[in-house]
Amino acid sequence: MQTNKLMRTLVLGLSVATLAACQSGPSEAELEAERNRVAQEQAAAEEQARIAEQKRVEAEAAKRRQELEDAKNAELDALKNLNTVLFDFDRATVKAEFTDVLKRHADFLIANRDQNVVINGHTDSRGTPEYNIALGERRAKAVETYFLNAGVRGSQISVVSYGEEDPAVMGATEYAFAQNRRAVVVYQ
Amino acid sequence: MGKFVRIKLLIGALALICSTFAVQAKLQLVITEGVDAARPIAIVPFKWRGDGLLPENIDRVITDNMRRSGKFNPITMSTMPQFPASDADVNYASWAATGVDTILVGSVEMQADGRYQVTYELIDVLRGQITGGNAQTLVDGQLQYNNDHIIARGSSFIGEDDFRQHAHQISDAIYEQLTGERGAFQTRLAYVIVRDREVHELPFQLVISDYDGANETRLLSSPEPLMSPSWSPDGEQLAYVSFENKRPQIFIQDIYTTSRTRMTDFPGINGAPVFSPDGKQLAMVLSKDGNPEIYVMDIATRDLRRITRHRSVDTEPSWTPDGKSLIFSSERGGKPQIYRVNLATGRVHRLTYEGEMNLGASVTPNGEDLVLVNRTNGDYHIARQRITDGAIQVLTRTYLDESASIAPNGSMIIYSALHEGKQVLSLVSLDGRFKARLPAADGQVKSPSWSPFLF
Repeated sequence: MQTNKLMRTLVLGLSVATLAACQSGPSEAELEAERNRVAQEQAAAEEQARIAEQKRVEAEAAKRRQELEDAKNAELDALKNLNTVLFDFDRATVKAEFTDVLKRHADFLIANRDQNVVINGHTDSRGTPEYNIALGERRAKAVETYFLNAGVRGSQISVVSYGEEDPAVMGATEYAFAQNRRAVVVYQ
Repeated sequence: MGKFVRIKLLIGALALICSTFAVQAKLQLVITEGVDAARPIAIVPFKWRGDGLLPENIDRVITDNMRRSGKFNPITMSTMPQFPASDADVNYASWAATGVDTILVGSVEMQADGRYQVTYELIDVLRGQITGGNAQTLVDGQLQYNNDHIIARGSSFIGEDDFRQHAHQISDAIYEQLTGERGAFQTRLAYVIVRDREVHELPFQLVISDYDGANETRLLSSPEPLMSPSWSPDGEQLAYVSFENKRPQIFIQDIYTTSRTRMTDFPGINGAPVFSPDGKQLAMVLSKDGNPEIYVMDIATRDLRRITRHRSVDTEPSWTPDGKSLIFSSERGGKPQIYRVNLATGRVHRLTYEGEMNLGASVTPNGEDLVLVNRTNGDYHIARQRITDGAIQVLTRTYLDESASIAPNGSMIIYSALHEGKQVLSLVSLDGRFKARLPAADGQVKSPSWSPFLF
């Protein structure tokens, strides 16, 4: 059985060799075809390499984008926790201790021009409600002015004053008053 | 009766923010000062002629009204020498001996048709003691009994649901007779109740009630702040500010149909809406042009007219009774003070100088006084300032007073103050002698607005 199979392969191989021996050498056409074949193989290989490289670059870019996105989201989360600026009684001046935080908000808004914010202004419960609406707006606008001077676009910012109507801390203690005199940067 | 019954039937849940009728915050009036200075009066329990129980105790409602007016001190039943139902039963001398000079007697009689006849007589017992109830005068040469010791009397047929309303009506009649000033017992209040945000989905409620806190009815409930309700002069509409869209907008709402119209949606402040005395215009504060300025809007056309033009804050407009001027708060002199602007000429002049600041002023119905929030030594109190000579009188001793609103007869001021850490409504008479508190069972109560006369 094994021997039979071997014999058949030998006979077939001999006859092919005999046929080839009858020719003087490969024709021009044959050479051309061979060259084309090789060239095609090369081109295919190059294409594959190019695609692989492209995929690698894309993956790299996606990874980079993801990293940036993660960094942006991390910064956004951080800023959302640093969204409150406190004011002195009956004042609407941004205190020096809050300029670093506001700078960080401004940098973020400059780096992310599609990001909009609403600045809410609030007061403590002393004084009349309507006067406090005006005071709350002045506080929110003080923050807005800081942002504009830092380079944030006006179109990214809107301002809403809640006056004394939406306290962060209920009650009439000095602590509550101090916590309620605030501007809050709300990311949209 | 008409309007009150209509309110009950028609004030319903607003489509936007659904609500039920009952409000748990019901105000309870606590008189804190001023009873001793008031004039004693006896409101004798009305004689009941009928089966079963009275639908509502008329004499108790009248007694409460008289006491809350700050001008009268009704004596207790235990100190009354007798319980007469009409003048014929009154022993003038025994009443005069108690030190009371005026008594109200009356009766309620059930009718065959299920209605009730309410009869009352207001009697000057001192005069009665002199004439023996039989004063005689010469009329056209004839001697006639004139019963001039009976100061007022009335008799009406009322339905089962009208007792409270009728008691207010009798109160108005006897108050006017005894003081010469129109009674305000048939008026209403609008105010804002604020409950805990952590517990309630819709913590902000716009509520109206009778002047004494009875018949509280919710007009609107919202997840966001509601501010500055103010009545139209016909008592049918309220203008107010709502933050329901995360920014302030001015609305006008009909209190009977509950239908409402958004009047403004400008960038910045949309605040402090106040109807003009003729009801055709709305004064308001807008900051759309840079900073808070006073504007007047024609309600029908929505045409807007800018009244103030100053780089400092102008706010809290209030109409003078003649509708020709607005008074307002302005920081143009540094700290906020009260100014008046003539709407025809645009001329502005300053009205207040006393204290660190003066805010939230309005003019009394007779045009003689300003009622305002005065800050002196850091304390915010309701004060009254005579317009002619600028003399100022601090009326209150409460804490963080704001949002003063004057009764349409000029007798009483309702305002918001801080009591035991909570905002509560408080009352003070215009002379400062009578003081009371209306704490709510649940939540803070603020921005009170007293209605005009409704009947």
